Parts: sequence; C-alpha cells; structure tokens
Amino acid sequence: MSLITEGAELQGPLATGARLAEPSLAEARDYFALLKPRVMSLVVFTALTGLAVAPGAIHPVTGFTALLCVAVGAGAAGALNMWYDADIDARMIRTARRPVPSGRVQPGEALAFGLTLAGFSVVVLGLLVNVLAAAVLAFTIFFYVVIYTIWLKRSTPQNIVIGGAAGAFPPMIGWAAVTGSLSLEPILLFLIIFFWTPAHFWALALCRSEDYARAGVPMMPLVKGEASTRRQMLLYTLVTVPLGLTPWLFGYAGLLYGATAGILGAAMVALAFRVDRERLPAERASRQLFSFSILYLFLLFAVLLVERGFGGMIG
Amino acid sequence: MTAALRSTDIVMEEKQDKGIVLTEAQKRARRSRSIAIALSLAALVILFYVYTLIKGPIVLVRPI
Repeated sequence: MSLITEGAELQGPLATGARLAEPSLAEARDYFALLKPRVMSLVVFTALTGLAVAPGAIHPVTGFTALLCVAVGAGAAGALNMWYDADIDARMIRTARRPVPSGRVQPGEALAFGLTLAGFSVVVLGLLVNVLAAAVLAFTIFFYVVIYTIWLKRSTPQNIVIGGAAGAFPPMIGWAAVTGSLSLEPILLFLIIFFWTPAHFWALALCRSEDYARAGVPMMPLVKGEASTRRQMLLYTLVTVPLGLTPWLFGYAGLLYGATAGILGAAMVALAFRVDRERLPAERASRQLFSFSILYLFLLFAVLLVERGFGGMIG
Repeated sequence: MTAALRSTDIVMEEKQDKGIVLTEAQKRARRSRSIAIALSLAALVILFYVYTLIKGPIVLVRPI
C-alpha cells in the first residue's frame, strides 16, 4: 500500500525525484547560476539608485557592503526559488536547463545554499550597515520565497502582480542603508517598479503561454485569456507612466529625469496600445514591449542616479 | 561452501575499506567548489578587516 494517494501530484522539491546521496557533480558555476545573476544585476542597480539618491553621506565601504548584501540576498532568494520550483522548471523549455531540474545540483544542496546565503546577507547587513536595511532585506527574501514562490505562483493569476513587490523593495533597502529610515521618495521608487512589473512579465507570459501551460502555472493569459491580459497590461502601463514622472513632479528629480520619463513613458504607452490592439497573437508586439520595459526602467533609474547620485540636480 | 562464503565476505570488506571512490568528474567538481568557498571566505575576511580599519573602535556602535 502506498502512502501517497494514486493520482495525487506532488508539488515543489518533493516532486523532482531527488537521487539518493552521492558525491555531487555540481561545479561553482552551477551554484552561481542558482543566484539568477541577471535578475540580481537589476536588483543591485535599483538598490544602488536608492542608495545614491538618499540624503546624507555613506562611507564607500559601507555602501559597497550594503550592495553586496543586497546582491547576495537576491541570489539567496533566487536559489530558494529554484529549489522550490524545480518541478515547474523541469517542464518549461526556458528553465529546464537550470541546475536543479537538470540534476547538476540536488534540491537539498540548493536549499542549504539559499538558506546559508540568506542568513549571511541579512546578518552582515544588520551588523555592518543598519538594522532597518537588514529587516527590509529579510522581508524581501521572505516575500519572494514564501509569499510569491510557495504560495501565489501556483495559486492565482495575480501571482506576479502581488509578488512583484519583492522586486520593488531594493531601492528602499538602499535608501534605508544611508538614512536608517524610510520616506516618500523610496516609496515612489517602490511603486514605479511595482506597477511596472505586470506589463513586463505578462509580455513575456504572452510569448511563453505554452511553456506556462505545460508547467501548470496559472499565468494571466492562460486563466483570463490573451485579450484580457493585453487590456490589463495597458492599464498597468497607464498607471506606471505617471508614477514614473512623480519623482520630477515632487521635486526629487530634475528636468532631465522629467524629460526622460515623459518621452520613454509615451513610447511605453504606445507599445502597450499596440499590444492591446493587435488582432492576431501579439507575440512580436509583446516581445518589443518586454524588451522596451527593461530599457524604460533601466534608463529611468540611470538618469536618477546620474542626476542625484553623481551630478547633483541638473535642470 | 563455508569457505566460499568467507572469501566473499573478505572481498566485500576490502571494497568497503576503500570507501566512496570519486570519479575524475566528481573530483574536478569538488575542487571547483572548494576554490569558490575559499575565495568567498577570503573575501569575507578582507571585508570585515577593512570595515574594522575604517570604523576603528566604534565598529560595534551601530544605529538601531
């Protein structure tokens, strides 16, 4: 008699059929891949912006330490995500070659790696920088792993809407590292990333619907259909673009930032309209929106960084 | 019969004495992991050392 009911599906790391303990074949680069280095680089960049625009001074070594901890914390969250999502990753073409589903790293190794890095990053940030920054980092890791990965991702099409908050916290960590407090400005930066996330991710989901369907992830295009998703992408873009202007409107940023946010915002809205109006599967327009959304966020934060972080106020 | 069983036991014991024998690929992977751990620990030591130098005696005084 089996203890597992026939037909019942295991979820998460239990479903990957881990081999019994044997000497690992994982190399250092496999562990590096667990950190999701591309996601980590955007996280570090937005944290750097939060750190650079915050009022007051921070010693360069302390600033470096804060960014290092954010990078390691983001990597830890990525490793824990890959540990839990190994069963989903194995069924998707985009993720099947990741270290855990490909068998190069055992689930237990990824779990231990992620937990160790998460603990180290939070403790070091708390000891060397300040407790508020460490608390926000700890909450970010918790939110990404428990709220998004374990709970929302498999249960609701709003997964990346709510889960997107995890990617929006880094500027707040950077700000808190300098000031030891939080105020309206880092909250505006949080809101820009938070409302930018749905259009960005659903543009990818529209192109990868079959992949997500195979993995059984309830992404918006699969649950509510492509047309509804495209309409929601447009609505979120229409919220994101004015939010992108708020740092200038509130006087936190200069004219260069305002002009950049206005021009890029208009282009982003135009692309979102194109995705919404497309009669056929909007794959090409979605790809363009996906790529442009990355450029939009990067340039917005880069200009803010140049204006406030390196050059003082321009304009 | 008993003698044959005894000789089988001896062969098994000899095999167990060798323990887990790593393949070349497993050895390479272990070496790569060991180097990465050593570099990470060295970086952490340098970070704490530099931080202590710049902070001086107030290294333990932190804003809460």
